[in-house]
Amino acid sequence: METQRIQLPSDSGDRRTDTGQLQPGTNLVNRYLIQEVIGVGGMGSVYRARDLHFPNVVKLVAVKEMINQAPDPLVRQTIVQNFEREANILATLTHPSIPRIYDYFTLDNRSYLVEEFINGRDLEVLLSQTEGFLPEEQVLDWAIQLCDVLSYLHGHKPDPIIFRDMKPSNVMVNQYNHIVLVDFGIAKPFQTGQKGTMIGTEGYSPPEQYRGEANVQADIYALGATLHHLLTRRDPRLEAPFSFAERPIRKINPSVSVELETVINTALQYNVEDRFKSIDDFKQSLVGAGRKTGLLNRVSSRATSSVVIPAEGIKPVWVFQCEDEVRGTPLVYNGLVYTGCYDNNLYAINASNGEFQWKYPTEGGIVSRPAIADDTIFFGSEDKRVYAVSARYGKLSWMYYTEGAIRSSGRIADGHLFIGSDDRFLHAVNINTGRAAWTYDTGDEIRSTPFIINELVYFGTEGGELLCLDFRGQVKWRFKAKRAITSSPWVQDSVVFVNSMDGFLYAVDAKSGWMLWRFRMEKPSIVSPTVVDTLVFTGSADGHVYAVDTRSAKEIWRFKTNHQVNSSPVVYKDAIYFGSIDNHLYCLEYRTGRLRWKFETKGPIAGTPTIFDDIVYVGSNDHFIYALLA
Amino acid sequence: MDFFRNLFGKKETGKAAPAGENVVTAPLSEVQLQTIKAMAFNRHEPPQLLVASGQSVGRQRELNEDSLFSLTTTVAGNNSNPPFGLFIIADGMGGHQYGEVASNVAIRTISGYVMKKFHNTLFNLPTLPLDESLQEIAQAAVMEAQRAVLREAPGSGTTVTAALVLGQQLTITHVGDSRAYLLYNEQRMEAITRDHSLVQRLEELGQITSAEAAVHPQRNVLYRALGQGETLEPDVVTTPFPVGGYLLLCSDGLWGVVPEDEIRKIIYEAPTIQRACQNLVSAANAAGGPDNISAVLVQLLA
Repeated sequence: METQRIQLPSDSGDRRTDTGQLQPGTNLVNRYLIQEVIGVGGMGSVYRARDLHFPNVVKLVAVKEMINQAPDPLVRQTIVQNFEREANILATLTHPSIPRIYDYFTLDNRSYLVEEFINGRDLEVLLSQTEGFLPEEQVLDWAIQLCDVLSYLHGHKPDPIIFRDMKPSNVMVNQYNHIVLVDFGIAKPFQTGQKGTMIGTEGYSPPEQYRGEANVQADIYALGATLHHLLTRRDPRLEAPFSFAERPIRKINPSVSVELETVINTALQYNVEDRFKSIDDFKQSLVGAGRKTGLLNRVSSRATSSVVIPAEGIKPVWVFQCEDEVRGTPLVYNGLVYTGCYDNNLYAINASNGEFQWKYPTEGGIVSRPAIADDTIFFGSEDKRVYAVSARYGKLSWMYYTEGAIRSSGRIADGHLFIGSDDRFLHAVNINTGRAAWTYDTGDEIRSTPFIINELVYFGTEGGELLCLDFRGQVKWRFKAKRAITSSPWVQDSVVFVNSMDGFLYAVDAKSGWMLWRFRMEKPSIVSPTVVDTLVFTGSADGHVYAVDTRSAKEIWRFKTNHQVNSSPVVYKDAIYFGSIDNHLYCLEYRTGRLRWKFETKGPIAGTPTIFDDIVYVGSNDHFIYALLA
Repeated sequence: MDFFRNLFGKKETGKAAPAGENVVTAPLSEVQLQTIKAMAFNRHEPPQLLVASGQSVGRQRELNEDSLFSLTTTVAGNNSNPPFGLFIIADGMGGHQYGEVASNVAIRTISGYVMKKFHNTLFNLPTLPLDESLQEIAQAAVMEAQRAVLREAPGSGTTVTAALVLGQQLTITHVGDSRAYLLYNEQRMEAITRDHSLVQRLEELGQITSAEAAVHPQRNVLYRALGQGETLEPDVVTTPFPVGGYLLLCSDGLWGVVPEDEIRKIIYEAPTIQRACQNLVSAANAAGGPDNISAVLVQLLA
């Protein structure tokens, strides 16, 4: 153990590669035959080597090399002394989860530590080599082992040993699934402390460690951070420091039990006094959570992880039965609800009690949302026609013929109705006369609803184009997605937001059509995005509803339903409402994505809800229109 | 919104009430008047970018480790030629080997990467539509710079703040503690980048006060920088360029010594943006010039 300061001539087998690493075949201090580099850190490299003092067996060791970069000789000397002191402490430790120290020495400006070679991989590598979430009981098992070894270190006499650098890459799992702590803070003195120097493992360390305080609480916090990373697969080094509370574990990985999440949250408390008092307390709580959930007994109990649903006792204010599926979006105007239906009728229903007022029969299904202007309701039908009927009695004012089924909803601006058709034209129809001002041939069916702002008309086509036309019907620009744009665009602050069947949510400059960013969803989408503040809400056939930051394109939250989301989200007050093919209407807090309530109908909800005066109106494929309290 | 009426010669039926009926009127305030005047007289067609920059090694350093890049032109659009601008500031880490190499490699790699993407568009060569978003290009450029810094200046580090302007959209990519500010008017100036510095984070969390932050011994410690660490995730945001307002990119040699109020005053009081940049640099030097100073000031006239 006392192989200190052996100064060898530097030509004695100290062969180095261009990067300064020892080459395989190098014989260090006439004892350790370097085989290969197994790790590279900021201070130097780690090698696997064979210990030649055991000529008849292959005894493998890990040789950790630390390069002394301090320019000042006095500082260099201090660093080496500190290293040797630390090495002496480590050499006295015996614990199954701590590698044994065999030797240490210093050559020129490099110091070496020779320790037990661990045949396994560290948890960071393990995360990168696996997919999907790690089983909760596996993480719990490691967590308890880590508590054991930290407890051993914290109980060290005369002084507790603080590990200081708990993180997945410092935890090895050997071939028996036992964990081993590697990389004790021994390398720390070799870091230079000048302006702009980066800190060791930002992301796992607690706030007080940055004030130079290192105590047992620091290891507790860092273990919590490590477990958080293992369970969520979210690397805290990519997030702002100390931001775990912004990423609740179960929000990302709902299969984790509330019990384990609670324990980890306690360890991650920002204030030292709110954390566990000792690593043993941490362990006891982990064991308690494991017992309570049955994880410790390996009794699979998936039942604990289902989402807590508030009262199923939501009663509709009223329901109204049509003769076929209701996929259209309702319109509320002057105390009446207007909804198109697949039974070919447009219905007018009393908004407060659900009483039938009148219906207007067309010859095709109505899947869009009616538009209103001058006490007249405008809507298209799959019978290829646009109808204008009086809001009060449903009396026809005019009909306008297109050459294809109409699934696009009309938008009214400047006395004209802008509406797309499967005849591939966008039609600008004068709302007084029912005659076309102009039509524009896009070459593809138009099911997207135009968005109109600043005398510009934005809409998508089934050919995957997003077009911007001026009020003359001239193209300002066009943008091409990879597949159809059935979704209706939303324009806010000079940015157009739209989804495509290619699975992206696009943000496109409203003036030029340049793509600013895109956000990938897991499946195609026909949902129309909606924007509030700096959040854009959208959904996809992947079953999720997403909240995405409009400026950074970062996902703020996502919410999973049990089937495709084709209904467009609607924001009302502090909540967001949408339907899912899983038959439910959902209400979430829009800032957090937390479920407020959900309401089950007997069929998929493909249409978009409308909210007016605290009442949600929504149609379902079960033929009913529902009015619910928001 | 009279467009259709003019276009199709349709007369509105006399339903509309005469404008101004039943409307209470009041004289406009001075601020409102000025806003209206500014809107009426300062319209620029086509929109254009004005740019100036300033740099100084400061008064206490021997080496300039800041690097700066600035380029403006226009790109061909459907029926307009929107302005195009690329502005980058990088602050190499003091005390590290090759801090100046790192910052220089960073700006050259980023500008090279972005210009390659726009090369054909800008120089009228056969083009395919860009398949990437501006954010993806900006982000990939920074990742490329990360690799270049690791390769060409290993062991060093640099901040980088890059602004890509296309039309009226501004896309900022940012790592470290250089800053991008938007100035909307004489009263309002906002940092749109967040420093990746430990002290800033501690301050955000209420662990220390801003007064403590200003003198904190670790105030120069970054938790994210180019060329450092295995992982890098730059912040990328896109936001409209404030019309008539300014974009200021600067290193901590400016914002760390000249208070924001004073920066704002200097910019609005200078007769030209070139003079504004010189005055900003002088103000930082007058305050001791403890670090390298770099500033790029951009105005969008539209």
